[in-house]
Amino acid sequence: RKIIFEKQWFYLDNAIGHLYGTTFEVTSGGSLQPKQEVEEATTETKEAGTDNRNIVDDGKSQKLTHDDIKALKDKGIKGQEIVQQLIENSTTFRDKTEFAQDKYIKKKKKKYEAVVTVVKPSTRILATMYYAREPGKINHLRYDSLAQMLTLGNVRAGSKLIVMETCAGLVLGAVMERMGGYGTIIQLYPGGGPVRAATSCFGFPKHFFDKLHEFPLSKVESLLSGTFSTETLPSEPEGNTPVEEESNGLGEEKQTALQEAEEEPATEASLEVSQAEEQETMDISAEEVELKENKEKGRKENVREKQKKQWERRKKLMETAALLREKNSDGLIVASKFHPTPLLLSLLEFVAPSRPFVVYCQYKEPLLECYTKLRERGGVVNLKLSETWLRSYQVLPDRSHPKLTMSGGGGYLLSGTTVVLDKGRADASQPEALKVEEPSAKRCRVEELPC
Amino acid sequence: MSFVEYGDRIKDGDTAIVFLGHESMFPVKVQHGTVTQTKYGVIRHSTDLIGKKYGSKVTCSKGGWVFILHPTPELWTMNLPHRTQILYSTDISIITMMLELKPGSIVCESGTGSGSLSHALIRTVAPTGHLYTVEFHQQRAEKAKEEFREHGVEHLVTVTNQDVCKNGFGVSNIADAVFLDIPSPWEAIGHAKSALKAEGGRICSFSPCIEQVQRTCLAMEECGFTEINTLEILLRVYNVRTISLQIPDLGKATEDNSSTSFDSSNPSNQGSLCANLQQGTAQFKSGVPLREMVGHTGYLTFATKS
Repeated sequence: RKIIFEKQWFYLDNAIGHLYGTTFEVTSGGSLQPKQEVEEATTETKEAGTDNRNIVDDGKSQKLTHDDIKALKDKGIKGQEIVQQLIENSTTFRDKTEFAQDKYIKKKKKKYEAVVTVVKPSTRILATMYYAREPGKINHLRYDSLAQMLTLGNVRAGSKLIVMETCAGLVLGAVMERMGGYGTIIQLYPGGGPVRAATSCFGFPKHFFDKLHEFPLSKVESLLSGTFSTETLPSEPEGNTPVEEESNGLGEEKQTALQEAEEEPATEASLEVSQAEEQETMDISAEEVELKENKEKGRKENVREKQKKQWERRKKLMETAALLREKNSDGLIVASKFHPTPLLLSLLEFVAPSRPFVVYCQYKEPLLECYTKLRERGGVVNLKLSETWLRSYQVLPDRSHPKLTMSGGGGYLLSGTTVVLDKGRADASQPEALKVEEPSAKRCRVEELPC
Repeated sequence: MSFVEYGDRIKDGDTAIVFLGHESMFPVKVQHGTVTQTKYGVIRHSTDLIGKKYGSKVTCSKGGWVFILHPTPELWTMNLPHRTQILYSTDISIITMMLELKPGSIVCESGTGSGSLSHALIRTVAPTGHLYTVEFHQQRAEKAKEEFREHGVEHLVTVTNQDVCKNGFGVSNIADAVFLDIPSPWEAIGHAKSALKAEGGRICSFSPCIEQVQRTCLAMEECGFTEINTLEILLRVYNVRTISLQIPDLGKATEDNSSTSFDSSNPSNQGSLCANLQQGTAQFKSGVPLREMVGHTGYLTFATKS
């Protein structure tokens, strides 16, 4: 299969059988030749200037023309030799300082020597890659913010976690990697099905998916109010789902959620397309393709098949609903394009006391509101709104400094720990606690006032 | 309870975190018959703690209350008894991810110090991984061992009391990752390389000074490490506040004032916050940075052995 990467195309066949981390050189035929630690092409002339007082930018320092260089390339000459030629034909090279020479060589090497290293997928690699290449798809979640989420959420083997993300499945993948196939994950998804394009990049073994459950976000309210049934499946249009208006006093939030849900389908469709392209293994998309085919053909066999699948799906849904209903999850991770407040107020109901939760948002303001609402709701302590800055350094002898550019923003996190909510139920054993509650609420409010 | 497994209820011998409110917490070792003093009064372990659910509100003798939280490496980091300078969760999180740690990973660490990072590493590599940690200070090594035992994680960690720069990690060719937090990491790079698996692995070194980083990078390069990358991560915490700014009096007539856009959009704040009723205030929520923040912990240098 032909693959294009950074304006180069090649076949991966030759890379099979090599260790991860092996570096390959791209040849003109598109195949790869392993290359490890070539002795630095030492620029034998250690001649160098001390400063640039005599270097004039007249645009004529390079004696090779564009056409010359192209000819060299077309001849299939090794990149290393082209770089050498460029150096030899540069009139100012000898006058440059040693450091500038170094920099010049590095720049040219980058351009003419096509080397590719094949590495093993990991959260580190994928999160860095997604942030650099497709930040929009992961809501600009920078990799250090993701790292924070995994730590603050105490993600580990054996937990029962709830994940709500619209980050192409990257957050889900990161969580799965940290859980190593131990424990349970319940992924809540908007629209017709969970997006797991990035998840499939991790190459997880099959058994990692055994305890991965999914549940439609649009069914959360009915699950909380106890009117949940599997009659209407999420594959049906959002608008038709009957939404129960009773309970919880969350009506307001729910409306926003609904509005957002209505805006959803358009973007969802495009996501679905990319999903279908990128991933081969996810049964959901396959299922949907099949559903469409069924309509076209309308054969009895397929209808039966469809019914069987629906039934299986319904069964899985019931299982997941049962898992959620236990309300004993070990944590909640949210990273989505939706407003975090309604998500959190509802989903925290499924989390056991004394468990961490983390919400990511690209913007700070929604988290401010979320913070306030959570304080009003109670049942949480240790609330913290934070952001991380990441700075990378160039470390070279006598040339160490922070890199010229740094990322402007990687999003914000709101984290905290759940505690027993003492509004009435469950905790009737502590009547005194209720009395003391009042002054504390006041105290919180006072602290929030400006000084 | 255990640091690598959630428990429902508080048991005798557990380490629990007493949350007093507003970032104020302390760890407590739960024991029958013991009492703990807080500013809200006494907590009697036998009646107030044992058998209660984690996350419960516990009423103290003076009528005040606290929450009892299940220990996690992050809460432990905020509450542990310092024997050395420690690594905080912000650095720990990026270290864990960049070292590609997960259940089953074998990690070498030096020095153990106060065990802040160790607990986080153990949490991540459990239940099938292992941590080999080396501490040259005898008392600290012993104290760490004792803590690991108390926290129910001793089966996941081996503490060795030796000098990592001279004697290495005591293991070879088994580690997926190595972490160094010592004054002269460059002297341990060679040992780190031999501790890592033959097929490769990741290394991280934490140093507060750029000169240390410099020497470490050189040593890494000499040992054939690739992908050498130095980072610094800073945490910014925001306080959520409702701020109200006064609308300046530009001499507008009083009758106009009541219909200014600020007043009509925020009718609730009238009078309560502003002494001068004639002038309006504009109210908004803001995430205010702390007055002082941690500006530097250390540089993190990562590299790959392949």
